Amino acid sequence: PAALGMLCLRSGSLRAIVFEGVIFCSVLSSAGDIRSLLVWIKKNLLKERPELFIQGDSVRPGILVLVNDADWELLGELDYQLQDQDSVLFISTLHGG
Amino acid sequence: MCEMSEEYRESAPKGSPPPRVLVSLLPMPQNPGQKCVKCKEGLPVVVIRAGDAFCRDCFKALYVHKFRAMLGKNRLIFPGEKVLLAWSGGPSSSSMVWQVLEGLSRDSAKRLRFVPGVIYVDEGATCGQSPEDRAKTLAEVKLVLQTTGFPWHIVALEEVFSLPPSVLRCSAQEPLGTESAYKAAVDSFLQQQHALGADGVERQSQHCAQDPHSPAGPPTTAQTQAMSRLFDSVKTLTAKEELLQTLRTHLILHVARNHGYSKVMTGDSCTRLAIKLMTSLALGRGAFLAWDTGFSDERHGDVVVVRPMREHTLKEVAFYNRLFAVPSVCTPALDTKAPEKASIHRLMETFILRLQAQFPSTVSTVYRTSEKLVKAPRDGCVAGPRCLLCMCTLDVDTADSATAFGAQTSHLPQMQPPVTQAGVAAGPCCCAGMGGGPGCYRGEDPRAQVMEQLCYGCRVNMKDLPEVLPGSFWVSVPTMRFPRATAEQEVQEYLLGDSEDEARTSES
Repeated sequence: PAALGMLCLRSGSLRAIVFEGVIFCSVLSSAGDIRSLLVWIKKNLLKERPELFIQGDSVRPGILVLVNDADWELLGELDYQLQDQDSVLFISTLHGG
Repeated sequence: MCEMSEEYRESAPKGSPPPRVLVSLLPMPQNPGQKCVKCKEGLPVVVIRAGDAFCRDCFKALYVHKFRAMLGKNRLIFPGEKVLLAWSGGPSSSSMVWQVLEGLSRDSAKRLRFVPGVIYVDEGATCGQSPEDRAKTLAEVKLVLQTTGFPWHIVALEEVFSLPPSVLRCSAQEPLGTESAYKAAVDSFLQQQHALGADGVERQSQHCAQDPHSPAGPPTTAQTQAMSRLFDSVKTLTAKEELLQTLRTHLILHVARNHGYSKVMTGDSCTRLAIKLMTSLALGRGAFLAWDTGFSDERHGDVVVVRPMREHTLKEVAFYNRLFAVPSVCTPALDTKAPEKASIHRLMETFILRLQAQFPSTVSTVYRTSEKLVKAPRDGCVAGPRCLLCMCTLDVDTADSATAFGAQTSHLPQMQPPVTQAGVAAGPCCCAGMGGGPGCYRGEDPRAQVMEQLCYGCRVNMKDLPEVLPGSFWVSVPTMRFPRATAEQEVQEYLLGDSEDEARTSES
């Protein structure tokens, strides 16, 4: 993700924080599926270098997606429908070693 | 998802609570009946490998087991041995430090038995971090280091300028312990422990922030500028990454030697090593893959580098760190925000990760291949001279003059004395200043001198380095190779000198 600083954004149904290579989203009211969340993130959070995070309609390889601390692969990945109070966390595995 | 939950409710036995209550903290899984593949009971939280879903507890057990088994099966780390953990602040090395921490605190039968210290190298000068940002990062780093309770060392990369010439000499190789020696060592250690009634290693928050051979305190502005200049002047990001790797390694080894550590642990994960293997091939380091990516790397002789995280993928590391709150420190790196094709390293990383997304066994396949690599000299070849920078035995075959490499190196003397005896082998030489020794190179370009003593990969890399470097390798290295009485003094004189000084001294 682009910014190493903290960026906080809130829309009607989402709150997102970008901090130190991690994007943390709080779903306030159910806001579609993760695919649409990514579109929102790309439009609102990733001003510079969106390709560091998004590839096509999914995340770049190397970015992990956790919903309520569970692997999104267990939930249908992009098709998972966000529920109220869900937290979505995007972690880049590409930083450091 | 709403449809899925309704289906489940219909099929659930009457009177049972709706699934949402049962899985109150976890989101509705795509396959509601899916259970952990290990215990068959827990609700899965992470998918690793190709489709294996694990619950939190089984995942933790597997993760820890992998770490312990990697150390246990290789039997290279003897009880009571001092091991330096190379911590970059990143997720893999943080996880490694945390595994060691937890491993040392278990009950005595299964406890890890070595004595750890931690080193953090501040590389802020290479990516233009401001002094304020560096200080801020170091403050965070210190907090984490103090939590571990291990002795810790913080060194700035700039200290590499003050390393004594001995750092580039390969010390005599310590014979590796045999199986029976290992067992005997373990038995005697356990007996000692029992006799002492000791509960284990006392963990005080000692710190050894100062290395006796390096200047006290943070690097001077001049050194930082010299480091920045050095990295700015390197033409390609690929060469920068390799240079950084080389300098960092030498610095860590130096600290290890100074403080009696005989092993260094690095946090290279499975994913990183798969990328490194392919990158090394592209860089012309195919001959050294076994050392670059294997569990143990003994090229430096007295200090052995081991990679206990080599079976953990980056995904597993990230999940573990998140689920079990492993602290790490985020620092900018050389390649932060660099585009995909900026360096061979980045290109290979993108290639492997994209392939992995489509073919989830990519990383493990590359890893299995690396496990099969054997470290053995070619038949009939006595261990020859070593590369000046990466310390690997030069892959020189003077008989093979047909290849470009063979042609380049054909005049390298076969009987070149091993570096450990260089001080003895080199008699007094007519050259007052630079590079005295057998095959006197008076008047010859010092750069060419150095190039001849590099392996193919390091040579290609060196081409991207500028002609003149402020006060470091170009002039001091030939003297390091064939040290004379005043070599150390000359190195010191050169350290912060500018190119004017260099020109002056070369005439003396």
